[in-house]
Amino acid sequence: MKDFISIKFKVWRQVSNESNGSYEEFSLEKVSVKISLLEALDQLNEELTTKNIRPITFDHDCREGICGSCGFLVNGQPHGPKRGTTTCQLYMRNFKDNALIILEPWRAKSFPIIQDLSVDRNALDKLIISGGYFSTQTGKTPDANLIPISPKKAFSSFETATCIGCGACVAGCKNASSSLFVAAKLAHLGQLPQGINGKKERSIKMRKQMTIEGFGQCSNNLECEAVCPKEISADWISWMNKS
Amino acid sequence: MNNFINPNLPTGEVEGAWQKTVKNLSNLTTEKKNKFEIIIVGCGLSGSSAAATLAEEGFKIKLLTYHDSPRRAHSVSAQGGINAARSLSDEKYKVVIDQLFKDTLLGGDFRAREASCQRLSELSSSIIDQCVSQGVPFAREYDGTLATRRFGGAVVSRTFYARGQTGQQLLYGAYQALSRQVNLGNIELITKRDVLDLVIVNDIARGVIARNLINGNLETYKAHCVVLATGGYSNVYYLSTNSLKSNATAIWRAHKRGANFANPSFTQIHPTCIPPGGIYQSKLTLMSESLRNDGRIWLPKKIDSKDDPENIPEHERDYFLERQYPKYGNLVPRDVASRRAREICEKGFGIGFGGKGVYLDLQDSIKKDGLKVIKAKYGNLLEMYERIVGEDPTKVPMKIYPAPHYTMGGLWVDYNLMSNIDGLFVLGEANYSVHGANRLGANALLQCLCDGYFISPKTITSWLANNKGIDNRSIDEASKEALNYVDKKIKALLKIKGEKPVDYFHRALGEIMISKCGISRNRNDLKTALEEVEILSNNFYSNLKIPETNSGLNVELEKALRLEDFIELSILMIKDAIEREESCGAHFREEYQTKEGEAKRNDNLFSHIAVWKFNSGNNSHIRFSEDLNFKKINLNTRNYK
Repeated sequence: MKDFISIKFKVWRQVSNESNGSYEEFSLEKVSVKISLLEALDQLNEELTTKNIRPITFDHDCREGICGSCGFLVNGQPHGPKRGTTTCQLYMRNFKDNALIILEPWRAKSFPIIQDLSVDRNALDKLIISGGYFSTQTGKTPDANLIPISPKKAFSSFETATCIGCGACVAGCKNASSSLFVAAKLAHLGQLPQGINGKKERSIKMRKQMTIEGFGQCSNNLECEAVCPKEISADWISWMNKS
Repeated sequence: MNNFINPNLPTGEVEGAWQKTVKNLSNLTTEKKNKFEIIIVGCGLSGSSAAATLAEEGFKIKLLTYHDSPRRAHSVSAQGGINAARSLSDEKYKVVIDQLFKDTLLGGDFRAREASCQRLSELSSSIIDQCVSQGVPFAREYDGTLATRRFGGAVVSRTFYARGQTGQQLLYGAYQALSRQVNLGNIELITKRDVLDLVIVNDIARGVIARNLINGNLETYKAHCVVLATGGYSNVYYLSTNSLKSNATAIWRAHKRGANFANPSFTQIHPTCIPPGGIYQSKLTLMSESLRNDGRIWLPKKIDSKDDPENIPEHERDYFLERQYPKYGNLVPRDVASRRAREICEKGFGIGFGGKGVYLDLQDSIKKDGLKVIKAKYGNLLEMYERIVGEDPTKVPMKIYPAPHYTMGGLWVDYNLMSNIDGLFVLGEANYSVHGANRLGANALLQCLCDGYFISPKTITSWLANNKGIDNRSIDEASKEALNYVDKKIKALLKIKGEKPVDYFHRALGEIMISKCGISRNRNDLKTALEEVEILSNNFYSNLKIPETNSGLNVELEKALRLEDFIELSILMIKDAIEREESCGAHFREEYQTKEGEAKRNDNLFSHIAVWKFNSGNNSHIRFSEDLNFKKINLNTRNYK
């Protein structure tokens, strides 16, 4: 394998949600196969900056797959071709020399475009704000070991709690549904003994908010599970619908 | 503003001192609390937990962050766990508290306040109760009780964890508690804002100036007091384990407005990170130190070797840690491992990009225990490594190198977490409190949550209860002055119209800092670094290029504003490192070491916190010191040989 490759980018460019967008093409030479796709975009942006062209806007922060900031469509797929991987963890060695890489923002009514590949995912926060929590207060809590929780149950709850709120599940769904996101939160809280009492109320509030935010109905295509970088199972949607 | 340094420490015994202090703090009725507004900057563990708690008590909170959601804050990246002193029996409880207290203070090499370390240890158990009741899914034992593990060289098992994602789970707990308060209308969540200045009225912090990152507008926010919970500044080094947007701007601007900076040069370097692969590498990913339990660290005996590691025979390998430390071998403490790796790489033996890497080899452990056992132990770590590097660590030795990870230094705060500016509170990694010259593993999350859930809500309430009330006209005048200042700063950067993008300068700053003010330091190098940063600063202001964007959104401008402050902070870090003529914790001065190459403290001259004050009159710094006294514990030295 070559150490350096050339890449052709076709990128969606749009100044704001109010303006019209279009694709623009850029060629980038001498891309180290050891860097990530986002780092290749940094490299491209440095070139654009020196040419006084507006750099490509994209979200990112931790660059190690945990903050959930990054995410756009890479050749039509949320977070690109590798399973269980966020965009920031996608490395250039996964692409061939002279490959064409098409980059587009998440497309969903609930995610208005901010600029280029960056979208506003505030709607996901509003889902949590509507009821994605327990109503405990600081300092008024019982001893943590008072209620034993089996390791199996704790781990199952943990697995759903790993959702990073990136929005890939919404972007991957043809109905732009947030069912997996909401199911994951309901399952995280609802599987724990502390969460038994508010289980129904939480579910009603969060599912009502899904409609308010303009998310669609579950399409039953399981695309959400396929694109989830944390590999959260779509079985939790059935779990949510049953309980 | 106080020019003398008064840490407001409790008098008498350090044990139980916090509980006594709380009794003497003033409180307010809920009705009165409703009338107070508090600005909190930063939504990581300490900011989110403080926001949720203060809002629950009845205060009106404005929470500002540059993220789009609090769930993105860098606390989310913390892997290992959170320490807590817990015990089922009362008599043992005191023992475990003492142990955590002692380890925290010893880890920090006696450069932190005894009373603060004691409080951290005493509050730790309630943190776990708090998090569990929020639904944090900690690991459990088979009987359903909370599981713990040993961490960072500790003799006792007291680290609570949720797989390798403890920070994420704790942050989501705080984020959910704060979301509930947003729903109740007690917190206004103000996202996508960079806080660029502090508004001070009659020597009291009363507001901030923020830049809206979407439309570029400058905005003023006013309140009765201000809390900065903006994290650390390891990104001074460009390449670090921090998230890319982590920055020092809010604390640095507060410093320039009069808040003192404590021990700026105290930075922790983590020995086991994935080294850079090329110049466009943007960050260094941390690999858990636990790998050193089963990995042997080595380099080829031949300088500048280009051979594949699998083809280098045993007799041509130098297991340099095992050679130098026959007793501890690959398990020497973090700073020792980092220093030895750096030294040998600088001599030309290093491998990988720029010769900055050493091998961590799992082969012998695989041969001994079998592939299955090793995979079960490190499964997700090995996958993560393979994803980033593209090599299978069970076949090819891993490449690792030390990387900046955590900054112990920060804004000086008293026992109540208030800076020397009245009404300016500083929490979490942004302040200088319990970690001393080196932070104990799994204490970062603990400190953030103690600050946010239990300490600051009490001390802020008390301060507000004695607050003089706001003079609106003076606030407007002070805000206008600060806003104009920021506006001018931005216009000046945009006017440079040079040729090089921001990252060009940031990389250069990082190289100076890591080579001369990083893992190990000496007077000559530090002096050179000072000159180099001055030159870099001049270049930055004459040759910076920020492209025209035709919209308010301007990422290059955001980065330039951060880098300006990093450059100024670097200079203070170097000065602080020069002035501290001793080695302690993570601060290693080559001139001050024992024959065995161990850090040599100088307790006669440096048993103090260095407190730097900015003098805006002549744009210079003055160094004060706050003496540290130890009542409960005797000063002693560590020994790993």
